Amino acid sequence: MHIVVCVKQTPAATQVPVDAATGKLKTEGLPYGLNPWDEYAIEEAIRIKEKLAGSTVTVLSLGPARAEEAIRAAIALGCDEGAHLVDPSFDGTDNMGSSYLLSLGIRKLNAAKPVGLVLCGKQSNDNESGSVAPALGAWLDWPSVAYVRKFASIDEKLAKIERAAEDGTDSLEVDLPAVVSVIKEINEPRLPSLKGKMNSKKAPVAKWGAAELQAEAAKVSAGGRLEIVGQTPPPPRGGGIVVPGATAQEKAAFVANKLKELKFI
Amino acid sequence: MMILCVAEIRHGKLVSSIFELLTAAKAMGQPVAAAVVGGAAASAAADTLKGRGFEKVYVASHASLDGQSDEAYAHALKAIVAQAKPETVLLPASAQWRAVAPRLAVLLGTGLASDVIEATAGADKKVQVVRAAFGGNVLSKIAVKGSPAIVTVRPMSYTRTDASGSGAVENVAIAPAGWKVKTRVTGFAPEAATEVDLAAAEKVVSGGRGLGNPQGFELIRKLAQTLGAAVGASRATVDAGWIPYRHQVGLTGRTVRPRLYVACGISGQIQHLAGMSASDVIVAINTDKDCPMMKLANFAVHGDLNEIIPAIVAEVHKLRGEAPAMAGAKKAYCRASFSRNSAASAAAMPARASAVRMWRASCSARSRATPPTGRSTRSTSSST
Repeated sequence: MHIVVCVKQTPAATQVPVDAATGKLKTEGLPYGLNPWDEYAIEEAIRIKEKLAGSTVTVLSLGPARAEEAIRAAIALGCDEGAHLVDPSFDGTDNMGSSYLLSLGIRKLNAAKPVGLVLCGKQSNDNESGSVAPALGAWLDWPSVAYVRKFASIDEKLAKIERAAEDGTDSLEVDLPAVVSVIKEINEPRLPSLKGKMNSKKAPVAKWGAAELQAEAAKVSAGGRLEIVGQTPPPPRGGGIVVPGATAQEKAAFVANKLKELKFI
Repeated sequence: MMILCVAEIRHGKLVSSIFELLTAAKAMGQPVAAAVVGGAAASAAADTLKGRGFEKVYVASHASLDGQSDEAYAHALKAIVAQAKPETVLLPASAQWRAVAPRLAVLLGTGLASDVIEATAGADKKVQVVRAAFGGNVLSKIAVKGSPAIVTVRPMSYTRTDASGSGAVENVAIAPAGWKVKTRVTGFAPEAATEVDLAAAEKVVSGGRGLGNPQGFELIRKLAQTLGAAVGASRATVDAGWIPYRHQVGLTGRTVRPRLYVACGISGQIQHLAGMSASDVIVAINTDKDCPMMKLANFAVHGDLNEIIPAIVAEVHKLRGEAPAMAGAKKAYCRASFSRNSAASAAAMPARASAVRMWRASCSARSRATPPTGRSTRSTSSST
């Protein structure tokens, strides 16, 4: 099976300073790495490859020149080759534009070798929208299943999977090809092997821009859909108090009374 | 001009998130309609909604929509949008609709803002939203310009409107056979009925490594049951296998935004804070009075959770005028008290204002929302 894993290079930080004057994020000098959720998608792709003989895993990423590092990091973990969607006109696109571009990349990969499965992480750690994988399914007109916690079985034609919902676990069957986004529960990612690291240096990574993808500018540009008006850090919390009391009993009584005062009980 | 709010049905039951969307939509000052997609339960849900403040309720019902397939739901909702012609579509940011909304946005060729915590009508009547990114550390204000604007709203961002009214139900014709749906739901394994859903919980009681061992979660469950709260957990306890992943709060778990968050034995690593720091009221119980969670908390309880949690349970029962606890409870305490945790000194903590400020400056990951009524604030757009 030809498996495609979509990865994103994101700031390896939870704290990103905001420029108060411009309302823009100050991203210069931030460390970047693989989006942590994508590591589970990569691991699952490699596990499926190990199970289904003759499989290959292609890493696909949209991003500026530095995003190639994320592609090579995924290859070091056991993926075979990469494709990098990179073009100045792709900068600042939104979730719809990103998923559109990724769908064009997958169409290209699919034309060379039919794709059976696309794996994505549940969401990115920067934008946290979780919308690219389902949108990718829609652009391709393939089924998509999000929040997958387990592949019960998979062959060339059909995957039986478990999806996590708020109130329990759904079991589903999905005809392939399909787009699946996975959650952390699905596996425990491995570390890169020496062989993988060697391979990551020489494995081919295709570079495709707007021309190679035949991307329609109107679909790439976020302008007609979303506009970021401004960004700010969240307002600070008010100070708290240390619960008084000499014994557990006294402290508990204080807390219980506060809970009552605040109408929690 | 109209706002369409999408109702969620899970296993035949209407989920209360629709009444949070109603609050958000009403505040935007436009006519509000509801959309119901589902199997047999959809009609009953529509009948409920027409009497609960929606002027019109659009229903797309078909037996094949009983189990959720994202493809089918997106097509059904597209048919409703074509008939209702809303300017804005508000959906709950639940596992179900968070996955359907992007497909709908592609089908309609419009823009999507997901997980918003605030939606308002801009001067041009276009919807403006606030959403959080980077673990709640950045709030982005976004204008959704595509039409209709597709917006998923994070659970607990708005209070639930309890209104009455006499709206009309309108059926929308759909033809699922033409959608060529390739996903089939074959089964469902529910969670224990006693457990409250984490994401939509008004109150959450969470346990961390300070519990000492897996049995510590019985203490957490006891307090959660007493308060009517959901059970949360830190990453360390999930990784150690003490409790299933679905309880994990934080960067690689769930983001919660309850009115009350009780953190027991959780030191407050940044990954955890990212998932809960927007809670309205935080109570921390810890033997380490200087840990980040104790400094973030509105009420910091310094001490051994094995003593303090049972005492809080007893006090709450006392305040309610109930007999303290049933049989199972005692057992839980006993088992839990096998866990270590040195008895805490009861010395009062020093004044902490400057320490709090310093910690905040150094680590971020908080975000204070305006309390209960019109809860708002937080979040960005775009990719994955």
